[in-house]
Amino acid sequence: MTPTPIAITGVGLTAPGSNGLQDFRQQLLDGRSGVSEIETRHMGRVNAGVCDFDELAYQKRKARRRGTRAGSIAIFCGHECLKDAGLNLEEINRERTGIYLGITEHGNVETENEIANIAQFDNDVKYWTHHHNPRTVANNPAGELSLNMGITGPHYTIGAACAAGNAGLIQAVQMLQLGEVDLALAGGISESIQTFGIFAAFKAQGALDENQNPKLASRPLDKNRSGIVVSEGGCIYTLERLDDAKARGAKIHGLISGYAMNSDATDFVLANPVQQARCIQMALDKADLKANDIDIVNAHATATPMGDIQEIKALRAVFGECDNVSINATKGFIGHCMGAAGALELAGNLPAFEDGVVHGCGNLEDLDPECEIPGLVAKGNLPKQKIRNILNNSFGMLGINSVVILTKA
Amino acid sequence: MTAEETRQAVIDIITDIAPDEDLASLSDDKPLRDQIDLDSMDFLDIVMELRKRHSIEVPEADYPELNTMAGCVKYLQPKMT
Repeated sequence: MTPTPIAITGVGLTAPGSNGLQDFRQQLLDGRSGVSEIETRHMGRVNAGVCDFDELAYQKRKARRRGTRAGSIAIFCGHECLKDAGLNLEEINRERTGIYLGITEHGNVETENEIANIAQFDNDVKYWTHHHNPRTVANNPAGELSLNMGITGPHYTIGAACAAGNAGLIQAVQMLQLGEVDLALAGGISESIQTFGIFAAFKAQGALDENQNPKLASRPLDKNRSGIVVSEGGCIYTLERLDDAKARGAKIHGLISGYAMNSDATDFVLANPVQQARCIQMALDKADLKANDIDIVNAHATATPMGDIQEIKALRAVFGECDNVSINATKGFIGHCMGAAGALELAGNLPAFEDGVVHGCGNLEDLDPECEIPGLVAKGNLPKQKIRNILNNSFGMLGINSVVILTKA
Repeated sequence: MTAEETRQAVIDIITDIAPDEDLASLSDDKPLRDQIDLDSMDFLDIVMELRKRHSIEVPEADYPELNTMAGCVKYLQPKMT
């Protein structure tokens, strides 16, 4: 039996450099980098993608003080995606609404903050905040959104490293198709720039970009790339079964026609192109599409020296003989938004169904020969006659792979 | 610390913990929770801030002493340095 198609009817996002789908799309088409620099604990200056949205647009100051940056990002994106879908909280059935948010990690920020806090008091734990547990439980960002909106359906996060944004979407598709919920708010969230540990660990691994010019720092596929620019961000979609969306006359941004998740089972960090290619093929099979039916492939392309090479091997294996496929990457413009990356980067390509343009890659001046692949849109934007299918890769540590395919409604 | 200074110290703490509230017309004799949105987690924040800012320990048995602003001043003023 063919599963019920799932429609995207709303998008809410905040990215380094823009808020909202329209502004984000324009940022990518203009080729503007949203990366800047911040001071981080113990490390000083680092390049980072910082979001600039109004935390108090949908949240009271007390709730913001009590909660987390991740929760605040989720609340902003959640309201924005519902608004974009033409829905309001009073008219939706909140018991039949699910919240599924991908996260790379959660709790590092809050734990580091408390360790720094009690260090001022001779490490006396009586100064450790009672807010620590509700802030650090893994469901925190989804839970804060549930509390804020009064949504009484299921809420949880999905820990899937940097494959998490797509994983949130996939979970929502499955729950809608199972009939467990009638509406889903799903995507990915990251507050990771607030934790020095993630920067320090990437640095120790030799995978942190330290370019003195933040605008040039994130350079996926470029010969001179030197690592990741850590970013925060969020992207939440309103998802509905296609029949429900049509019945209420909703604008349909696109359909989730295929998806897959699998595991490398080979290494903690180094990606496995064989399993990545397998994941892409599984998603194509689920969508009942051939490789050459895909019009845009949005690569994960983190700008680590090895990660990009491994992914290009996977893409060559699936798309190497295709003459229709255009390949781009997003992290040159916004850095690596970690748990939000997959959902955000998919959103950045979503308007291509309407404007017929493939955005290019940021900071790709000198292509690494090991990253050469037919169809790569290295610079500028590529107008395309017909864009019907978009495929998004999102991969993460411990060998977790996720692929989502969108089809024009 | 005078009674007025003690009151202001409590107001400063509540301002940070409940930043959406208007504290200008707070009655000293009515329970704080009847006048502003303060739940048990907020109350624990007040206790924590008294510890951090003024090195005052409020044992759980004494929490009722802090129900009103007048109670706060009466209880805390002798402990303020």
